[in-house]
Amino acid sequence: MANTGTEHTVKAFDTDINELRGMVAEIGGRSEQAIAKAMRALEKHDLKLAAEVVAEDKLIDELEKRIDELTFQTIALRAPMADDLRELIATFKISGVVERIGDYAKNIAKRVPVIASTHKLGPASLLPSMSNIASQLVRDALEAFARRDADLALEVSERDQIVDDFYTSIFRSVITYMIENPKDIGEAAHLLFIAKNLERIGDHATNVAEMVYFAAKGEPMPERDRGENPTDLLEEPTTGR
Amino acid sequence: MTELLDSTSSSESSTMTESSAPAISAGDGPLKMTTRNVDVFYGDKQAINDVSIDVTMDNVTAFIGPSGCGKSTFLRCLNRMNDTIPIAKVTGDITLEGEDIYAPKMDVVQLRARVGMVFQKPNPFPKSIYDNIAYGPRIHGLASTKEDLDNIVETSLQRAGLWGEVQDRLQDSGTALSGGQQQRLCIARAIAVDPEVILMDEPCSALDPIATAKIEELIHELRGKYAIVIVTHNMQQAARVSQRTAFFHLGTLVEYGVTSDIFTNPTEEKTRDYITGRYG
Repeated sequence: MANTGTEHTVKAFDTDINELRGMVAEIGGRSEQAIAKAMRALEKHDLKLAAEVVAEDKLIDELEKRIDELTFQTIALRAPMADDLRELIATFKISGVVERIGDYAKNIAKRVPVIASTHKLGPASLLPSMSNIASQLVRDALEAFARRDADLALEVSERDQIVDDFYTSIFRSVITYMIENPKDIGEAAHLLFIAKNLERIGDHATNVAEMVYFAAKGEPMPERDRGENPTDLLEEPTTGR
Repeated sequence: MTELLDSTSSSESSTMTESSAPAISAGDGPLKMTTRNVDVFYGDKQAINDVSIDVTMDNVTAFIGPSGCGKSTFLRCLNRMNDTIPIAKVTGDITLEGEDIYAPKMDVVQLRARVGMVFQKPNPFPKSIYDNIAYGPRIHGLASTKEDLDNIVETSLQRAGLWGEVQDRLQDSGTALSGGQQQRLCIARAIAVDPEVILMDEPCSALDPIATAKIEELIHELRGKYAIVIVTHNMQQAARVSQRTAFFHLGTLVEYGVTSDIFTNPTEEKTRDYITGRYG
């Protein structure tokens, strides 16, 4: 039985839930913005903007703390049941996951100073598209939370495959680039980490979507049929031919 | 499960009507009581409408629902306590170990020994603690010697978790005990006649949280020895003590299922609204 958003007899419970939903929307918005800013800083080599992303991550961390405190307090004081309980558990987990998304954006921003220019690094040309899709997943996962929309959540989870495919592609081209341009290996390695961060952001958006699905439906999201798993690539260097 | 339903629905009761409502099984565990298509009327007013539930040995069954939903009325059908209300009429099938409890040959006194009851307010007899427990076994002839009776009293008090607190003062009046102790005394009294089922009608509503916790722990310990059915207004209590929960609303059974499912993901909107506090 899904939450239809009808009011509780105890109105203060609705106030708590609405406040939490508002904070989740805010932490989501800030994380999404952090990804966009970090990618812009990377592209323009804008150190000031990168530093801003790093500094603003503290706000995301604080929001996570506040969400956790209020969720904890609401569970303790209101003894929620059924969809209310599921939603609060989801909120608790989502805040942690979104905070991690913020950390990945911060991590990208921190690499800006060591990559003088992405333009010379061929594989970097795929990063903006990859980051747009990853950001869109984060936005849609949180939109699904706001609308309690299990279908949208399922769609987010399916679309994560696109981000994974981007990563696989970038991984391969970065390795080739490194072989061809050994002097740029340092920067290329950072580039690879950035791609990995974006890939993880997609995974975390999927985690959010899974929570939304669970909160709405009361059952775990069905396993999606994965194509090539980017983590398989980890095996590649050791399979030496 | 179909076999169970078949065996109990081939009833000879003339009052029973074929209904579209499914008979609802509590699931695993040996079946102790079945109810099929039960209607209860107080005069012209229908208080229970077509309720079918199974009660098993291994599960504590909780009945929840708003005031006036019929949960206590239904509970009282299970040992024919409604017989004491002249205008009450019960139709449908209720069996204990396959035996129709509303059959004319059923000895009601015997039935109430087999299906014991604990009420909202502790109601010990104004007698000694010992006599409170010994009363039932005496009238049912369960003890032939004083030693037998002493044993029953001790075992019952032990099972009810009260022995340690009263063993040195068995001749004190039962009414001198605290509320929680009195309620455990009433449970011991029900246990003393070796029942198969214990019905509890809001057994903790007059007790403080510590006495309540002791009763809940006791219910947990008694589970499996007796089939236990509890009516409670306290949903947290239903969630804590039961393995099966039935939600009643306006005399109908809305949903019956595994307690953890009912409280985390109920199927029916009415159940959802009630347990999440959106009712009314």
